Amino acid sequence: MPVVDQNPKARLESNGSVFRLVLSGDWVLQSGAPSFHELNWDPLQGKKGVGILEINGRDLGRWDTTLLPMLLAAHNFCEEHEVSLNLEGLPEGIRRLFNLATAVPVKTDATHAEDEPGFFRQIGNWAMNFRQGADDWFEFIGRLFLGFMRLARGKAQVRMRDFALVVESTGAMAFPIVSLISFLVGLIITFLGIVVLIRFNAEYYVSYLVGYGMLREMGALMTGIILAGRTGAAFAAQIGSMKVNEELDALRASGVDPVEFLVIPRVLALVLMMPLLVIYSMVVGIISGMAIANVMQNMAPEIFVKGLLEAVTLSDLMLGLIKSVVFGILIAMSGCLRGLQSGNDANAVGVATTQAVVTSITLIVAFNALIDWIAAIYNV
Amino acid sequence: MSKEALIRVENLTMAYGDFVVMRDLNFDVKQGEVMVIMGGSGCGKSTLLRHLIGLQEPAKGEIYYGDTNYTQSDPDRRQKINRRFGVTFQQGALWSSMTLEENVAFTLEEYTNLPPEEIQSLVRSKLSLVGLRGFEQYYPAEISGGMRKRAGLARAIALDPDILFFDEPSAGLDPLSSKRLDQLIMELRDSLGATIVIVTHELESIFDISDRAIFLDTSVRTITAIGHPKAMLKDPPNENVYRFLSRDATKPA
Repeated sequence: MPVVDQNPKARLESNGSVFRLVLSGDWVLQSGAPSFHELNWDPLQGKKGVGILEINGRDLGRWDTTLLPMLLAAHNFCEEHEVSLNLEGLPEGIRRLFNLATAVPVKTDATHAEDEPGFFRQIGNWAMNFRQGADDWFEFIGRLFLGFMRLARGKAQVRMRDFALVVESTGAMAFPIVSLISFLVGLIITFLGIVVLIRFNAEYYVSYLVGYGMLREMGALMTGIILAGRTGAAFAAQIGSMKVNEELDALRASGVDPVEFLVIPRVLALVLMMPLLVIYSMVVGIISGMAIANVMQNMAPEIFVKGLLEAVTLSDLMLGLIKSVVFGILIAMSGCLRGLQSGNDANAVGVATTQAVVTSITLIVAFNALIDWIAAIYNV
Repeated sequence: MSKEALIRVENLTMAYGDFVVMRDLNFDVKQGEVMVIMGGSGCGKSTLLRHLIGLQEPAKGEIYYGDTNYTQSDPDRRQKINRRFGVTFQQGALWSSMTLEENVAFTLEEYTNLPPEEIQSLVRSKLSLVGLRGFEQYYPAEISGGMRKRAGLARAIALDPDILFFDEPSAGLDPLSSKRLDQLIMELRDSLGATIVIVTHELESIFDISDRAIFLDTSVRTITAIGHPKAMLKDPPNENVYRFLSRDATKPA
C-alpha cells in the first residue's frame, strides 16, 4: 500500500468565465480523496455555453485511478451544463486513462433496475408463477409418460448402466442412514407407547403400536424423507449442474431427450429401491421396539412378537409398500424436475436442490395423508 | 458456389422475452460451405447457433434444412434432423459422468448397430484426430479446458455428420491448437464434404477458413453484411464491418 505523504486536495478558482480546478497532494487509494460534490459548482452552472473548466495538476503528487472519479464527475458536469473541459494541465497518463474511460458511452437502455412490485402485482406474480409451476408439472408428467411408453416399446434411449449406478447410490449406500433413523424411530414409538400405556396397565399393547406405526406410517414416511434429502437433492444437483455445463444442450443437440434419458432410470431405480428400503426400515424399527420393550419392561421378545402378530395383517404391510412406491416416484420426479428447471449458474443449482427437497417432502406428506384417507374409506 | 442451400433462415427474429436480440435475419448456407457467423461479443452469435440447432425457439421466422421446415417440425422429426448434426459448445459440454471414450462413443452406440470393437476403434481414431489419443479413460474433470474443447470436437464428429456447428471453437486454445483446429475443420469439409457453421470472432480463422461470413451488427440488431470476409475488407459494405475486420478500435463500437 502506498504511503500518503500529502493529503489530496481539490480547490476551485475562478476568473471570469474560466474556472480552474486545482488538484494537489497524493491521489492514491486509501488517501481519502475529496469528492466532486464537496466543491461549490453553482457559479459555473450559470456559464452555460461560455464557461471553461480547466483542470490543473501541477501540484499533483502521486496518483492512481482514485483520481478518475473526480475527472469523470467533472466530465459529466461539463456535458450536462454545456461547459467545455480542458485537461491539458494533467499528466499524460491520467489523460489516457480518462480517454479510455469515456471512449464507450454509457449504455442508458441497459439499466437493470426493477420497480418494487406493489401488493396486487405480487399476488398476480405469485398466481402466474403458480400456474407456470403447475404447467411445468403437467408437461413433465406427460413427457415422462411418453418416455415410459417408448420404453415399453423398446424404443426409449435409456442406458441400463445408469440405472444400475443410481440403484447402487440410492439403495445400497442409503443403508446406514436408514438403519440409524429406523432404529431411533422404533425406539421413540416404543418409549412413548410404554410411557402412556403403562398408566392403563396396557403395556402389552406396545407391540400393536410399533407394528401399526412402522408398517403403515413410519417406515415409508421416514425412508421417504431420508431419500428426499439424500437422493432427491442429489438428482436435482446432478441434473442442475449438467444444465449449467451445457450437458443437457449437448444431449438435445445429439437428438436425445433429456427427460427420457436422465429421468426414466432414476424413477425406475427409486421405484425398485424404495420398497426394499422400506421393508428393511420396518424390520429394523420393530426389532428396535422389541429390544427397548425388553430393556424398559422386561417384556420377552416372544410376547412382543405375539402381540405384533395379533395386531398387524398383510394389508398393513401392503399399505406401507404402496406408499413406498408412490413416494419413490414423487422423490425421483421432484428431484429431476427441479434439476431440469434449474437456472444456469452455481447459485441456481443450490436453489434447485433446496426446492427439490422441499417439494418432495411436501408431496410425501400430502400423499401420505391422501393414501391414509383412501385406506380409511376402504377400511384397510 | 452454385450448390443448393442446405440451411435456409427466413425472417428469423430472436428474443429473450421482450428483449429482441436480432431481427429479420435472412441467409442461407450452401452444401459443403464453411459459413462463419461473426460479430462482437454479446451480439447474439451463439444465440443464433442455438436457434439453428433447435435449442431455442424463434420469436418469429423459420429455419429450413433442405426442404424441411425445421421450426415447424414435431420433436421426433427434429430429433432425426439433429442426428445429422455435430455440435461443439463453448466450454466443451462433455458429459461429466462419462469418460472421454464414452463421450465420443455415445452417439455411435445410440444410433448405429456397430459391434463394440468397431466403435472402440472409431472412437480412438476420432480422439487421435484432435490429439487426445491416450486420454480415453480420463473423465472431463481430469483434463484441461482446451483438451475438453478438443474432446468435444471429437464427440461432434463421431457420426461423420453432414453439418457441423462450432461455437467459438478456438477460444481459449493456444495458437498452435487453434491452427490445428482450423486445419482439421478444413479437412473435414474437404474429405467428408461436411457443411460447416462456425461462430467465432477470431479474425485469423475468419480469413483462413470461411467461404462466406455473415456479420451481426449490434447497433442495428440484424445482419449488415454477407459474403467473403476478404471481399468485405476490400470493399466494406459498412463502417462497422470494416472496423471489426481491421481491428480498428479507435471509435466506440
